[in-house]
Amino acid sequence: MTEGSFGVDHVTVAGRLDDVSLNLAPGTIVAVVGGDGAGKSTLMRVLAGALLVDSGRVRIPGPDRVGFVPTGAGFYPDLTVAENLRFAATAYRLGEVRFRGRRDYVLGLTGLGDFTERLAADLSGGMRQKLALALGTLHEPELLVLDEPTTGVDPVSRVDLWRIIADAAAGGVHVVLATSYIDEAERAGHVLALHAGRRLLEGAPSELTTAIPGVVSERHRPEERSRAWRRGTRWHEWTPAGLSVPGDEVAEPDLEDAVIVAALQREAADR
Amino acid sequence: MLAMADKEFRQVRRDRRTLAMMLALPLLLLVVFGYAASFNITELQVEIVGPQAGAVRSALEQLGADQGITIEVTEVDEGGTRATAEKDLRNGENTVAVVTGESAGSRPLALIDGSQLFSAQAAITGLAKAPVDIGTEVLFNPDLDTSAYMVPAIIGLILVFIGTMVTSLGIVKEREAGTLEQLAVMPFTARDIIAGKLLPYFAIGLVDLAIVTTVGVLLFDVPFRGPIWQLALGGVVFLMATMGFGVLISTVSNTQGQAIQLALMVTLPQVLLSGMVFPLESMAAGVRWIAYVLPLTYFVQISRNVMIRGTEFGAMWEPYVALAVLGGVVFGLALFRFRRDLGPSRRMQQRLARDVEEAG
Repeated sequence: MTEGSFGVDHVTVAGRLDDVSLNLAPGTIVAVVGGDGAGKSTLMRVLAGALLVDSGRVRIPGPDRVGFVPTGAGFYPDLTVAENLRFAATAYRLGEVRFRGRRDYVLGLTGLGDFTERLAADLSGGMRQKLALALGTLHEPELLVLDEPTTGVDPVSRVDLWRIIADAAAGGVHVVLATSYIDEAERAGHVLALHAGRRLLEGAPSELTTAIPGVVSERHRPEERSRAWRRGTRWHEWTPAGLSVPGDEVAEPDLEDAVIVAALQREAADR
Repeated sequence: MLAMADKEFRQVRRDRRTLAMMLALPLLLLVVFGYAASFNITELQVEIVGPQAGAVRSALEQLGADQGITIEVTEVDEGGTRATAEKDLRNGENTVAVVTGESAGSRPLALIDGSQLFSAQAAITGLAKAPVDIGTEVLFNPDLDTSAYMVPAIIGLILVFIGTMVTSLGIVKEREAGTLEQLAVMPFTARDIIAGKLLPYFAIGLVDLAIVTTVGVLLFDVPFRGPIWQLALGGVVFLMATMGFGVLISTVSNTQGQAIQLALMVTLPQVLLSGMVFPLESMAAGVRWIAYVLPLTYFVQISRNVMIRGTEFGAMWEPYVALAVLGGVVFGLALFRFRRDLGPSRRMQQRLARDVEEAG
């Protein structure tokens, strides 16, 4: 990824982030994954300019060129869809002509066109997230920061949401999003996995899966429980390089496997 | 059942604020209000005018000593007339003004400020027992009507609710919904957010002031003697001060429940300590000072002055200044806290600008 555009360098936030760096690029969706408490939300807030870092460098544009959608929020439930859009337009000082154009565009993209007079509180979970995205992108930001934009949303709506996010990226926006669904991160161009506030793994999803050290095998019953995890009805088990793989089928590892293996390695190293 | 009680105890113990409210507050309230809640008038400010002023003064002081009331003679003016005495009463300088007759034998007349309901009642009772025959006449509120005493103060109480409760809830609601953080990263300043947030409540508060005052005057026959602008100006500075408290409360509350708790803790004392019910003069000095940091104290003075007595502005500017100072301090503090709360957007931008400079 190219240096010089937006991102963070060696950023530390006491107790929450420890020496984390991330580069964003126009047109690329960057996904930050990790479990609860990994520091995803903290990193999102730093990138949105809502949180000051204790050390390190933050490279972000001015507030009028950032779009930020916090977890489960980003709109006023007691305003209608149209009123929410109007407020965002005024906040970012869009002119009337530009507002109308942008409003029609985001309404078309999100499919909210038929619900403009409905209170945001009365929208379904998926539609609320679409509204939040519409509001975050209305002013055509250069940097779009999304904290868990698809959490608690049904699979069909998730597909729609990703389409909207991809549309923003296609327009040359720097998009960074936090998600706890690792399968979702596979659609991103670049992934940063965090674990306890530290960088665990970083790279393109395909690179990360091919770079898994050792072997991931798929089995009915795990050999070594401390290195195995459930995948559907079966188990995946990691055997570090150099050890003999118990005779069983070798799995086709995905991003989730890559992240879990990295976490296992980190635990082993920390021990 | 015990499991439920055990769970509840554990939860209450974690919620320090509620615990403090349940244990410490009752004691505090009892002590403070115990000293404040008193209708006993022990002091009367009296002015004596007319040729016989000197003689009446000694008679009154004797009367006071007999009945255990301190008669504080604020002015003795042998050249004064009923008109000057009335003017001084109107301007709130005394509770009682005694106008003496021409000759030694003529009957003096005590004019009593009926807007100070309890002091007026004490004065009437006291004077009835005077060794010399003194006539009494109650001004401004001749029937010593309770509603004339209470309605102007209740107007203030209603504004306290709007200003403190509604304002703090409005801001905490944004915090709870997570939209406050989003506002923080929008191109707004803290002052934009606060001012924009408060403007509607401020306007509603002023409309409320107009409605409540009108209804109070029509329904309860409360007089309105002074100019309207004097009350309106009082309403403006008063709302500012109460809203300042509202913003301040919002900066230390994470939930609407906490905000309501704190707003009640700010509002309740104002009901009892502001002079709205119990006269300030009757309060023990140890709790009276609390009244002077509560905005309602000053608004009650303003509304009673304007509505009941029709006091000239020149004689009642102090509570306006007090409210403006109180409002300024509270708002300053609230804005400072709010800005810190709102996060570092601006500082971040400064740091960013510095980095860009270094790079270039």
